[in-house]
Amino acid sequence: MSDLLPQLVQQLFNGLSLGAIYALIAIGYTMVYGIIGMINFAHGEIYMIGAYVGLVTLSAIGVQGGLPIGIVVLLMLLVAALVTGFYGYAVDQLAYKPLRGSPRLIPLISAIGMSIFLQNWVALGQGARDMAVPALVPGAFSFRLGGDFEVFVPYARVLVIVVTVALMAALTLYIRHSRMGRASRACSQDMHMANLLGIDTNRVISFTFVLGAMLAAVGGVLIALAVGKLNPFIGFIAGIKAFTAAVLGGIGSIPGAMLGGVILGVAETLAAAYISSEYKDIVAFTLLVLILLVRPTGLLGKPEVEKV
Amino acid sequence: MSALRARLGPALIAALMSVVLIAPIFGLKLQRVGARTVLAPHWDFVLWGALAVFAWQLLRPAAALATGGLRLPTLPEFSARRHPLVLALILLLAFAWPFFAGRSAVDIATLVMIYVMLGLGLNIVVGFAGLLDLGFVGFYATGAYTFAMLYHWAGWSFWEALPLAGAISAFFGFILGFPVLRLRGDYLAIVTLGFGEIIRLLLVNLTDWTGGPDGISGLPKPTVLGLPMTRSPLVEGGTTFHQFFGLEFDTMHMVIALYLMALLLALITLLVSNRLIRMPIGRAWEALREDEIACRSLGMNPMRIKLSAFTLGAMFAGFGGAFFAARQGIVNPESFTFIESALILSIVVLGGMGSQLGVILAAIVLIVLPELAREFSEYRMLVFGLVLVLMMIWRPQGLLPVKRRHVQVDEGAAREGAAR
Repeated sequence: MSDLLPQLVQQLFNGLSLGAIYALIAIGYTMVYGIIGMINFAHGEIYMIGAYVGLVTLSAIGVQGGLPIGIVVLLMLLVAALVTGFYGYAVDQLAYKPLRGSPRLIPLISAIGMSIFLQNWVALGQGARDMAVPALVPGAFSFRLGGDFEVFVPYARVLVIVVTVALMAALTLYIRHSRMGRASRACSQDMHMANLLGIDTNRVISFTFVLGAMLAAVGGVLIALAVGKLNPFIGFIAGIKAFTAAVLGGIGSIPGAMLGGVILGVAETLAAAYISSEYKDIVAFTLLVLILLVRPTGLLGKPEVEKV
Repeated sequence: MSALRARLGPALIAALMSVVLIAPIFGLKLQRVGARTVLAPHWDFVLWGALAVFAWQLLRPAAALATGGLRLPTLPEFSARRHPLVLALILLLAFAWPFFAGRSAVDIATLVMIYVMLGLGLNIVVGFAGLLDLGFVGFYATGAYTFAMLYHWAGWSFWEALPLAGAISAFFGFILGFPVLRLRGDYLAIVTLGFGEIIRLLLVNLTDWTGGPDGISGLPKPTVLGLPMTRSPLVEGGTTFHQFFGLEFDTMHMVIALYLMALLLALITLLVSNRLIRMPIGRAWEALREDEIACRSLGMNPMRIKLSAFTLGAMFAGFGGAFFAARQGIVNPESFTFIESALILSIVVLGGMGSQLGVILAAIVLIVLPELAREFSEYRMLVFGLVLVLMMIWRPQGLLPVKRRHVQVDEGAAREGAAR
C-alpha cells in the first residue's frame, strides 16, 4: 500500500516531462492561431525537423568530441532553433502568405499539404526508418519515499523540464515587455487596427511563425535526447496532441497552452500507468472532448463574441 | 536590366536561405556505421537546390510576364439544353469503361468510385453545411468494420450487411454529432479529428472483436444477383455466376462487376445528395453555412440541421466503407488513418466546395495521378503535398466551383437607370 504515493510521484514526474514537450509545441499552434486564426498543421513537422537537425548537429560534433555535454546540448538546441526558424519562415511565406484573407478551409488544406510534403521531404533526405539518438545525457537518480518503490528520475527528463520552464519564463517576459511582444499582442486583439496604428503586421506574423518553430525545435531536440530515437513521422501524432493541448488550454492563450500541455501529459501518463498503455491516446482525446463540452473555449480561453 | 539587378539581392538571400533549409536534410545524411552515427555530406544537392531557387527568384517576373497570357484550361461551357446529352455521354462512357479498359485501369476506376462516394458524403458535411470534419474516416471505418464483423461473427453477406453498415455509421454520426456540434469551426475540426483517432485506436485495441492491428481477413466479395463470382460454388450444390450464365470462368468478371457496383453506389450517392440539396433541408444547410446567426433569428434549429448533415454524411461513408471492405477482402486499422480523412477533405475542397461534379473530377485527379506515378512511389506523397499547396494558391475556389442560381442586373441597364 505504501507504494502508492511514490508510484504516483513517479507518474506525475513522467507526465510533467511529456507535458513540457506538448506545451513547447502547443505554443506555436496557439500563437499562430491567435494572430491569423489558422491551424498550422505543418507545425508538428517543424518539431520533427528540429529533432533531426539536432541529431545532425550532434553527429557533426561527435558524441565523444571532447566538448562538455552542456555545450553540446546547447549547440544542438541553438542550431536546431536557427534552422527550424528558417523553416517556419519559409513555410509561412510559401504556403500561407499567398492565402491570407481567404476562407478558413483554404489555408487548412494548404497546411495539410505542407505537412505531408515536409514528412516526405525528410523521409527522402534522411531515410524513413528509425534513427537512433545517442544517449547524451545518460544516468538517472532515484530516491525512496518511504516504501520499497524507488522513484526513478532520468537526467534527460530533468533537462526537458528545466529547459522548458526557463523558456516559458523567458517567453512570458518577452511577450509582456518587448516591443515585438507588445506588437504581437496588439495583432492578436485586432489585426486591422494594429496595422492602422503603424505596426508592420507582416513582420509580426513572420515573427510568430519563427518563434513558434524555434520552440517546437527545442521540444524536438529534447524529446530526441530523452527517448533516444526518431523517424520522419513522429511529428504528426505529437502535433495533434500539442494542438489538443492548445485547444484544451484555450486556443490563442499562451498560458493556456502551457497548462493544457501539462494537463494532457499528466493525464496521458496516468492513463498509461493505471488503465492501459494502449488506451492513453483514447484518454487524451476523450479528455479533450469532455473539456470542450463543459467549457467550449478551453480552460483559459476567452469566449469569442459572435458578431453579425 | 535594372529590374533584374534589383531582384539580385532578394534572390541571393533566398538562395542562402534554401542552403540552410536543404543542408541538414539532404546535404548531411545521417548514416550508421556500426554503433555510431556519422554524416555523409552530399553538397551537390544543396548547390543545385540553391541554384534553382536563385534562378527562380531572379526570373520570376519574367516568367510571370511570359506566361501571363496562359490560363489554366477550363471546361467548355454547355448550355442547359445540352446538359442531359453531356450527362448521358459521361454515363455511357462510365458504364462502357470496364469492357475496353485493362484490368488495372478498371481496378483504379473502382477505387475512384469509392472516393467519389466518400467525397460526395463529406461534401454534404463540409461543402453544403460548412462543418469542418477532420474525422470523416472514422465513419468510413465504422462501415467497413460493420460488414467485416457481421460476416466474421454472424456470416452475413455483403448485400445483407450493406444497409446496416450505412445505418450504424449514421448512428455513430448522430451520437458523436450530438455533443460536438455545439462547438464552432476549428474546435469542431479538432474534436472530429479526435473522434476519428479514437475510433481507429479502438479498432486497434479491441482485439477480441476487431482482430486488433491484423484486422479481419477473408471477407467474401459481393455476389451478383445472389450468385457468387467464384470458380466453384461456396456451398455444396450452389451455382456460381459463370455456371449460371454458361460463361468461361474469368477473374476479370469479378473486377468488372465490382466496378459496376461501385459505379452504381456512387451514382446513388450522387442522386440522393443532388436531391437533398434541393429539398428544404438542403436549403437549410446552405443557409446555415452562409450565416448561422441569421438562421437562428429566422427560427431555424441549427442543431437539428447540423445533425442531419452530419448523420447523412456518415451514412454514405458507411456504405463506402462496407464496399471497400468487400472489395479488399480484408480490413485493418491501417486503412483508416488521418491521411485518409485529409485525402477525402482535399477531394471536396479541390473539387470546389459544395460542387458535386467538382468532387467527382477531383476524386479522379487525386486518385488516378498517384496511381500513374507508382514508379516514382518515393516522390508520390511529396508531390501530393506540394500539389495541395499549389492548388490552394492558384485555384482556391476548386476545379469546378459551384455556380449559384442568381439574378444579375444587366449592367448597362443599371448604369442607365442610375444616370437617369
